[in-house]
Amino acid sequence: MKKLVVDRVSKTFETDTGEEVEALRGVTLEVEEGEFICILGPSGCGKTTLLRIIAGLDTPSEGAVLVDGEPVRGPTPRLGMIFQDYSLYPWRRVVDNIAFGLELAGVGKATRTERAREYLELVGLDEFADAYPYELSGGMRQRVAVARALATEPAVVLMDEPFGALDAQTRNAMQRELLEIWEKTMKTVLFVTHSVDEAVFLADRIVVLTTRPGRIREIVAVNEARPRDRTCTAGASLRRYVLGLIDEGRPDT
Amino acid sequence: MRENVQKNRRFRGTPRGFHWAVMPILFLVVWEMAAIAINNQFILPRLGSVAVVLATPFSPILGSGSLVDNAIDSLQRVVVGFAVGAALAVPLGVAMGRWSTVDRLVDPLIQVFRPIPPLAWVPLALAWFKIGLASMVFIIALGSFFPVLLNTLDGVRSVKRTWIEAAMTLGATERQVLTKVILPGALPTIWTGMRVGFGIAWMCVVAAEMMPGTNSGLGYLILYAYNFSQVQVIIAGMIVIGLIGLGIDTGLRRFEERKFRWRELER
Repeated sequence: MKKLVVDRVSKTFETDTGEEVEALRGVTLEVEEGEFICILGPSGCGKTTLLRIIAGLDTPSEGAVLVDGEPVRGPTPRLGMIFQDYSLYPWRRVVDNIAFGLELAGVGKATRTERAREYLELVGLDEFADAYPYELSGGMRQRVAVARALATEPAVVLMDEPFGALDAQTRNAMQRELLEIWEKTMKTVLFVTHSVDEAVFLADRIVVLTTRPGRIREIVAVNEARPRDRTCTAGASLRRYVLGLIDEGRPDT
Repeated sequence: MRENVQKNRRFRGTPRGFHWAVMPILFLVVWEMAAIAINNQFILPRLGSVAVVLATPFSPILGSGSLVDNAIDSLQRVVVGFAVGAALAVPLGVAMGRWSTVDRLVDPLIQVFRPIPPLAWVPLALAWFKIGLASMVFIIALGSFFPVLLNTLDGVRSVKRTWIEAAMTLGATERQVLTKVILPGALPTIWTGMRVGFGIAWMCVVAAEMMPGTNSGLGYLILYAYNFSQVQVIIAGMIVIGLIGLGIDTGLRRFEERKFRWRELER
């Protein structure tokens, strides 16, 4: 059975002025267990909307999302979500941020703290357990957010441009770390980005969306072994190809 | 090393340490000079005669209790009134901030009632509750209700959407979203509202104690002293009112600075 199925999902919004905007049209996607998928597209193509629908934070106008064969009817701990703005709770210490999902599920204090520390170690921040989020750098905060999402052991991890606010160096380091974590945990990952470089470095398959209404332009398999070299020629030609797809997807101007 | 740091801090504080005292001392000097010039204790008494009243806070004044007795009466009223006002305002503010239907229903009423000064309710309070604790509590509760409500509303609305969504994807129920995300997220702003509300409540209690038929409290004391032309008692009472208000606000602000540091540091 497929881990995740997006079945002919369409989404139409109504704006404040009563205008109807079609954000997504007939998006169908099947994801295997343990796959790393990047959803790529120009800004305004509805990639974040698609991720929010998969997460259960928005409802599709048509179609459905299935996780392990079960339809998604709202937000669930089966689907972990990581936001671009980290979304940590500033009044909670790092360890209590990570333990939050377990706390919600009613796991006892000792157990959840222990589990939180394990995930803290996984993202390499064990020394910062008792710090507050505002004492950490952007990259460290996002690692806390990753640990928090993983601590509830979701079936699928959804990431919405998680490294978009980071500088280029931190971003590269975070990409490498994310792949290490992914290899250790064997999670299924859906990663939204507008960066072709990021998608080519990370993904098993790249889902390229068109501009509004967002449809799947093409699904590009990246068959290169990891760790990948950012400067190799195979990568360069793949990047050129994907960039071409995005440009074609743009309306004529 | 650590000792040095602490020493430096102390030294840095010293030269500026007296700045705050300059204006108050100047004020007292001008007062004393004016009192000597006017030479009429029924208009402006000398510093000394006010100081005598302040220096004997436990001795009864004009047979209507001491400064301390009256201050305690006022404080009890303000605490009860404020508690009632805040206990109504916080839940309503949370509900209005969280559910737009509640907001749309209640907001028009709030807009109409808010501009009415708490003291304009005095006659109605007397008609409904007669003279006594109940009408004072009513006035004080009204005075503190609106600042607490509006700040709570503001605080709940300023809770980041992704804080709530992150909690939902981690499996939070609606109740958990309220108690573990919205309330702690809005608490610094709610606390500010409580500070403002308590300040207004304190003003209201003094005014409410001037209502006919009251026979204790700092507001009563200074009005009563007026009837006997005891201006030094009026001024001493005013100073006590001011200092208590300042003390409470300082306490609440200290707590705010210590507990809600994250609001300033969150980038």
